[in-house]
Amino acid sequence: MSWDSESKLNGVAVLLGVVAAWEIASRAEVVNPLFIPPMTKILRSFFTLVAAGDIPAQILTSMKRAAAGYLLAAAVFIPLGVALGLFEKIRRMLEIAIEMARPIPPPVVVPVAMLFFGLGDGMKIFVICFSCAWPILLNTLDGVKNVDRVLIYTARTFGLSRGKLIARVILPAASPQIATGLRISLGITLILVVISEMAGRSDGIGYFLLASQRRFKVDQMYAGMLSLALLGYLLNLLFLAATNTLLSWHRGMLGAER
Amino acid sequence: MSLSRRINAPGLATFAVLILLWEVSTRLDPVMGAYLPPVSRILQSLFQLALSRELFAHLTVTLGRFLAGYILAAVIAVALGIILGYFRRAYNLCEIVIELLRPMPSVAIIPVAILMLGIGNATIVAVTVYASAWPILINTIDGVRNIDRTLLDTGRTFGLGRWRILRAIALPAALPYIVTGLRVSLSVALILVTTGEMVVGSSGLGFFILDEERSLRTSNMYAGIALVSLLGYALNRLFVWLDATAMKWHRGMTARETL
Amino acid sequence: MAILEVEALSKSYRQAGGESTPAIQEISFQVDQGEFVSLVGPSGCGKTTLLMCLAGLLAPSGGRVVVNGKKVDGPPPNLVLVFQEYNRSLFAWRTVLGNVLFGLEAKKNSSRDTEKKAKHLLGLVGLEGFERHYPWELSGGMQQRVAIARALAYEPEVLLMDEPFGSVDAMTRLELEDSLLKLWKELKTTILFVTHDIEEAIYLSDRIQVLGRRPSRVIGGVAVPLSRPRDQLATRADGRFMELRNEIYRQISGDGVS
Repeated sequence: MSWDSESKLNGVAVLLGVVAAWEIASRAEVVNPLFIPPMTKILRSFFTLVAAGDIPAQILTSMKRAAAGYLLAAAVFIPLGVALGLFEKIRRMLEIAIEMARPIPPPVVVPVAMLFFGLGDGMKIFVICFSCAWPILLNTLDGVKNVDRVLIYTARTFGLSRGKLIARVILPAASPQIATGLRISLGITLILVVISEMAGRSDGIGYFLLASQRRFKVDQMYAGMLSLALLGYLLNLLFLAATNTLLSWHRGMLGAER
Repeated sequence: MSLSRRINAPGLATFAVLILLWEVSTRLDPVMGAYLPPVSRILQSLFQLALSRELFAHLTVTLGRFLAGYILAAVIAVALGIILGYFRRAYNLCEIVIELLRPMPSVAIIPVAILMLGIGNATIVAVTVYASAWPILINTIDGVRNIDRTLLDTGRTFGLGRWRILRAIALPAALPYIVTGLRVSLSVALILVTTGEMVVGSSGLGFFILDEERSLRTSNMYAGIALVSLLGYALNRLFVWLDATAMKWHRGMTARETL
Repeated sequence: MAILEVEALSKSYRQAGGESTPAIQEISFQVDQGEFVSLVGPSGCGKTTLLMCLAGLLAPSGGRVVVNGKKVDGPPPNLVLVFQEYNRSLFAWRTVLGNVLFGLEAKKNSSRDTEKKAKHLLGLVGLEGFERHYPWELSGGMQQRVAIARALAYEPEVLLMDEPFGSVDAMTRLELEDSLLKLWKELKTTILFVTHDIEEAIYLSDRIQVLGRRPSRVIGGVAVPLSRPRDQLATRADGRFMELRNEIYRQISGDGVS
């Protein structure tokens, strides 16, 4: 125990060391302070922008888009994935179309969305939804397809209707893998909201980053990055907390198998 | 397995119907056709652009950036991942820094790269390296960490040195994880190359696609998207093929060793 | 009175080449209300196929199954099937109590004393105190007890069991056999029990149907005149037990080894 916590402590020391080196290097102009401003300046800028409400406002704007695209993708592609997982006929019908559309790199959808939706929220939501579609769809499909036959037979001998069978047995059984798809999509959502806002040129944290760089407000740019890192960390934490509660049975089961 | 199973007839039929619907609806509705040209026109554009070599030049540039960024990322991340996975102390030292950087969406470093490296190749390659290094790094660390202790102990009882254990046991045992990381990074790298080209590039498929959109040459834009998707698809297939070939070779080799 | 009638039941599977191979052929037998009947036969003789047809999970190629005077086409409302693979048939996301409640919910038994009922059943199978556990926290034998309690919660008139004790160790197996007999006596359910263990069949049943090799058909049968309640030591030491064993063994091995 002491060994582990000791090296964790060393980890904090390393972090502080990096920060201190950054600070000194910048102040002593070992690195160009125009590009790498002192850490204290970045932090001051961060707290000022947070206190003044600039960063929270930008984050909120971005989060609204992210949530819209993400939830839309979940609402459309979880049911579709269930349908594809349940019915081999539908799966085979759409297989090739999906195979053809899947390799499209999400960022190149931005210009297409700009064409249809302009630079506004619609464009960003569409791009996020498109990019999240694949992990959600394919993981749901896989999870549903691989639900144990014995489980389904068992439920059916209890006379469950089709709807109840899906709601009570298939969805819970596939939920760990659906959660995996949703988790991957969470990271993708953050990336795509930043990309689409960089292209969108109006507001949001992605735009804020690029605009700060263009206006040479370098400390603001770093402050924006810091807030994005915190946001990503927090979202991940929230997601993990939610799945750990909802899917505690699954974690326990995996642990029991070991 | 019968032939009808291998050739997915209903899948092909559905795909053909979708393409036909696209073609007909965009021809019937010219307003729609301006946003989404008929497939035939997109193919025509693709053909013309291929003849004029314009698109080919962009493709080469994109592929070059992709390869540079991806390979560099692979080398750095695998090496670093093995060190961090193998030496617990090293990992503990770096853990906080890793945990702070990891959740930040990788594209957020584009402005920093622009600042330091200007607008051009270096920036695009740098952000590609940064972003695609993450999945490889994390998977490699996981892979090395999850190696069965008895496997390493076996090596030790045979009197192998640390380096030999690392090379002869740890690396092969962690390989499946590393391959997973490399596979994930394949699409990450393509995402970052195209994003970089859209934000700062003056060449490459990402730039081409955005530029054609701005000039409202939509069928050219779709031709570019088709090509970049094809590139992604081809890279993925190549990866799968290489992986399978390497595995076969590896299995053949181990089989011979046991003889 | 016959509660389960099987009339000339056949089931063929289509092979890859397009030709069909029969798994079961012209099987006919009856089970009376409250009877405990076993089906024994060599491994892989299509017993599972037969049970799936009886449970309405598989459409037969010929013949018919009648439960309680009604022809089976789809899972009948008064019949449940318990699988051998308890770890695959239990709902990992529900607790032990939740699994048993599932049987009651499926019966649309909305009265408020469902939980009391479920607990009573868990008591009957010897699992009081394990209500809040998850199935994967229990041993194999205990998991199968949960599956049996869940099946009984559905209050089936006919309980089909597909080698339910085939995956547990020998000691647990004897305990489970006695528990099952106790439950059967208490709840007066009709049980059709499939096994390839001849002694288990004799120990449990009133009557035994012997199935032949694939494609399986009924090749014989014996009544078990042993007195009840049965006892693992005394019953198995009974001279008639040995005679029955030999008789069934003769019937099975007399079925031309191909």
